[in-house]
Amino acid sequence: MPAAQPAPLAAVPTAAEAESPRTIVDIRRLNLIYQTADQPVTALSDVSLSIAKGDFISLIGPSGCGKTTLMRVIADLEQPSSGDVLVNGMTPEQARLKRAYGYVFQAPALYPWRNVERNVTLPLEIMGMPAAERRTRAGEQLERVGLAGFERKFPWQLSGGMQQRVSIARALAFDPDLLLMDEPFGALDEITRDHLNVNLTRLWLRTRKTCVFVTHSIAEAVFLSTRIVVMSPRPGRILDVIDCARDLPRERTLGIRESPEFQRIAHRVREGLMEGHSYDD
Amino acid sequence: MNQETTMARQMLRPMAPWPLVMLVAPVLPVATGGGGALAWTQSPVALAGLLLTLAAILLRRAAPSALAEAGLLLAGVAAAYAVPLLLLGRGLVPGAGLWVYLAGATLLLGRVLRLLADADGAARLAGPALFGLALVLLWEILTRGLGVPAILLPPPGAILAAFATHAAELWDDFGQTVLTSVVRGYLMGCGAGFAVAILADRVPFLARGLLPLGNLASAIPVVGIAPIMVMWFGFDWQSKAAVIVVMTFFPMMINTLAGLRGAERIQLDLMRSYGAGYWRTLLLLRLPCALPFLFNGLKINSTLALIGAIVAEFFGTPVVGMGFRISTEVARMNLDVVWATIAVAALTGSALYGALALAERRVTAWHPSFRKR
Repeated sequence: MPAAQPAPLAAVPTAAEAESPRTIVDIRRLNLIYQTADQPVTALSDVSLSIAKGDFISLIGPSGCGKTTLMRVIADLEQPSSGDVLVNGMTPEQARLKRAYGYVFQAPALYPWRNVERNVTLPLEIMGMPAAERRTRAGEQLERVGLAGFERKFPWQLSGGMQQRVSIARALAFDPDLLLMDEPFGALDEITRDHLNVNLTRLWLRTRKTCVFVTHSIAEAVFLSTRIVVMSPRPGRILDVIDCARDLPRERTLGIRESPEFQRIAHRVREGLMEGHSYDD
Repeated sequence: MNQETTMARQMLRPMAPWPLVMLVAPVLPVATGGGGALAWTQSPVALAGLLLTLAAILLRRAAPSALAEAGLLLAGVAAAYAVPLLLLGRGLVPGAGLWVYLAGATLLLGRVLRLLADADGAARLAGPALFGLALVLLWEILTRGLGVPAILLPPPGAILAAFATHAAELWDDFGQTVLTSVVRGYLMGCGAGFAVAILADRVPFLARGLLPLGNLASAIPVVGIAPIMVMWFGFDWQSKAAVIVVMTFFPMMINTLAGLRGAERIQLDLMRSYGAGYWRTLLLLRLPCALPFLFNGLKINSTLALIGAIVAEFFGTPVVGMGFRISTEVARMNLDVVWATIAVAALTGSALYGALALAERRVTAWHPSFRKR
């Protein structure tokens, strides 16, 4: 009898993966130009970025600077006009079809006709996982985001923060190596946001996933990231890449926000953002 | 909520004095018979009824609960509705006194209904049922008491009698029109509308071409299309089904198309991020999103299909069918059979619509218009 095939979602370790740090996302000289009714708009201009395995990268910049667009290009939800993008050594489309990433959107995007559990099992259902295993996985992930016992609830019966946690559980359910998060906490109040930030940083430490995180908030970016990518307004380009891993510990609590290192990095991010603005005007 | 109900009950306690107009009744003649006007004292049945009603009004303060009061007053109302029916049964014509009595009792019924509306459970449902029953009884008493010609409006008793004498015919008509023509035409029309909408959603130029055609088709009156369909498809159910298909196809298609566009961009992106293909996205996201629209189309079409079949039968049919029955019995002045057929059609239409509405409630309980925490 041949050994049972490993589940298609389980990460199969390869020789290349053993080496670290491995590049998960490699972006080279990326340009993206939209054709609008009156004139072409350059959303991204000459963006190059390399994201290593286990990185927590924040993309920060003013509204309309193309940070969401950049992430959508990585996710193959948007097509670049020129330049190369490699995700796990594949084109974004191949990576998408292989379910290489989990995407957490600005809104929870839960399906109201499915209860919490069936929302979390949705990607697993699409991948053809047996029902029993789907339910076990959903249970594990809901527990991980602190929502055990809410399986039978419907999305509209939960608060906004809980809904967004369900959507994070859904993105984690099929265990992707790469987590793309587009302002997931943007619509939440500050206390909930702090709470979820602490949860997220713990989750990241435990699972060692690579995260790309889009945000407007400087504090959020500094608190969560190993590296912060500061972007300028249209045309979106990278102004500065700030390394936080050197000065801040990997394991962080909210108290770290009072430390001088944190303040210094936050200041540098703010400087970068201001520079971008003056450049635009 | 309970507190509010009790408050409403307390506020209802004082009764409007209008039902007491029936105190005027005794001075007016109760009926006219063979020998002229009849006084209340000459008709023990009428007098007993009136006294019973008045006793109910007097005793209502002694009732221990609102529900008991409603029951007591209802007995008074029932007596008032029974008296004219009994007198009519003896061949007497109701007089002014009896009409006043009936009017007072009907006002009293208003209070009964209000008391029941504040009650919970089964008693709450009794209100609408009683209202409907009272309406039918008033129709019976008024048409017979005022001598309305049966050609204009037969009393419900006569219609009910027609149900009994023509049961076999009515059942055959129902089988031909509803079970054969409507069911088949409805399934074909809705099915085709749905299928073409799915196709048109994939092939946009099809949608652009079909939508104006749909507007055109829905502007054609049934009486225009029905004779043509009878010529094309013959007298039997096929021509009726064809009319129904023409009537139901486009409402279903337009609703399905609108429903398929209902999925949000972010929900579609999610499906794409999972590498889900067209059919999976359709099945797991777009069709569930479209459900409220689909039910809209199905509900609209349930009544359209019935109308279409009945009207189409006016233009040729084997000697059976509800439309055929209406057209021939009108010609023979058998209005009671016509009304019986109308009643069957109305009940069928309501039952179809109600069943669909219930199914919708069950399947789309998640939709904001139904959801409860």
